[in-house]
Amino acid sequence: MKYVDEFRNLGLAKKLAEKIRQIMPSEKINLMEVCGTHTQNFCRFGLDKLLPENLSLISGPGCPVCVSPSEYIDTAIEISKNKDVLMLTFGDMLRIPGNKSSLEKERAKSSDVRMVYSPLETINLAKKNPQKKVVFLAVGFETTAPAIALSILQAKKEKLKNLYFYTCLKLIPPAMFFLLQDKRLRLNGFLCPGHVSAIIGTKPYEFIPQGFGVGCCVSGFEPLDILEGIYFLLKQIVEKKPRVENQYLRVVTRQGNLEAQKIMRQVFLVEDSIWRSLGKIPQSGLKIRSEFSQFDAQKEFPFKRKISNVKRTTKCKCGDILKGLISPLGCPLFSRICSPEQPVGPCMVSKEGACNAYYRYH
Amino acid sequence: MKIKQINGEFAQVETGKLTRTINIAMLPQAKVGDYCLVHAGFAIQRIAPDKAKETLSLIDEIR
Repeated sequence: MKYVDEFRNLGLAKKLAEKIRQIMPSEKINLMEVCGTHTQNFCRFGLDKLLPENLSLISGPGCPVCVSPSEYIDTAIEISKNKDVLMLTFGDMLRIPGNKSSLEKERAKSSDVRMVYSPLETINLAKKNPQKKVVFLAVGFETTAPAIALSILQAKKEKLKNLYFYTCLKLIPPAMFFLLQDKRLRLNGFLCPGHVSAIIGTKPYEFIPQGFGVGCCVSGFEPLDILEGIYFLLKQIVEKKPRVENQYLRVVTRQGNLEAQKIMRQVFLVEDSIWRSLGKIPQSGLKIRSEFSQFDAQKEFPFKRKISNVKRTTKCKCGDILKGLISPLGCPLFSRICSPEQPVGPCMVSKEGACNAYYRYH
Repeated sequence: MKIKQINGEFAQVETGKLTRTINIAMLPQAKVGDYCLVHAGFAIQRIAPDKAKETLSLIDEIR
């Protein structure tokens, strides 16, 4: 496949790995990848085996369904119990545990919950089911937000009266700012997400080297992209010149996709947002503007997102894993009690989750 | 994915033997023959062929 196969060239990958070993400092280096697809491909292609032992790649909060708070799932479940509701969701959300249940379990009982691949399918399903209130669980980062925004604009254009979006959209740079303030995380660099950056560009990361002295490199997802991104970051560390570099030149620019940003701004406002296990992060979420409130599920289904008193009594370490404090292998439940077939925490459910990737490829 | 045909805000794209319809509203400059990155049924960015070549030659040049 064009633009894929050439970036999986084994000879060049080995050469890059050798160059990484040559410039690798002797001390321990921690790089964080803030994208679930990086985590997944890092494990899938066995890149960890090619890298020096004192280089750690730590997974950050880069899996959108993993960072959706359990209260969000609980509320989605409550909405899905309405007999006139048809709930639509990306596949990964189905099995994410709330405090008591999951959408998959509720679907097995009586809720009408269906999986969609694209937010655009919501338009057709709303038209085909005029007797139903169609609710879409709009979860994702900057990569997905413009697609959701375009679907809301389309719903308005088609004057749909039965389509609602229950949003849990999150922004990556504020989460990186949040993590940088945690002194327990000794990060030497960020491998920044390629597809989020295709939308936002490299400019929003510039505060990181400027304010925190930590380097960034936006990288693509194929083995050569990831290895070259790591190489660039190590060079920055060795030269003591932290900056924002762009390895994913074929897709990412400094400005990003201006049209997509405009569409997002037209439909959403930035607000504080709660991330699973991280808590409230200022200005890290998106809410639907009042001009489009007829499509906002929070207006149609008045409920309070309350913090549940039900504490999940489990030794699940997803919280520490999402913060990058431990690797999935450091969780006592990993592969013993928690597996993709019987997941305890969200990081084991989604294919973009760190535990899921470690389980499948380690 | 390679754009084969454009029809308003939608395009037929092809990858290998698979053909799909995607939304290209985020890429107003998209042309037939362009390669684009697709996420959840939407083209989110055009792939720049010259930059892809540049990246590969840079990797090859790392000494």
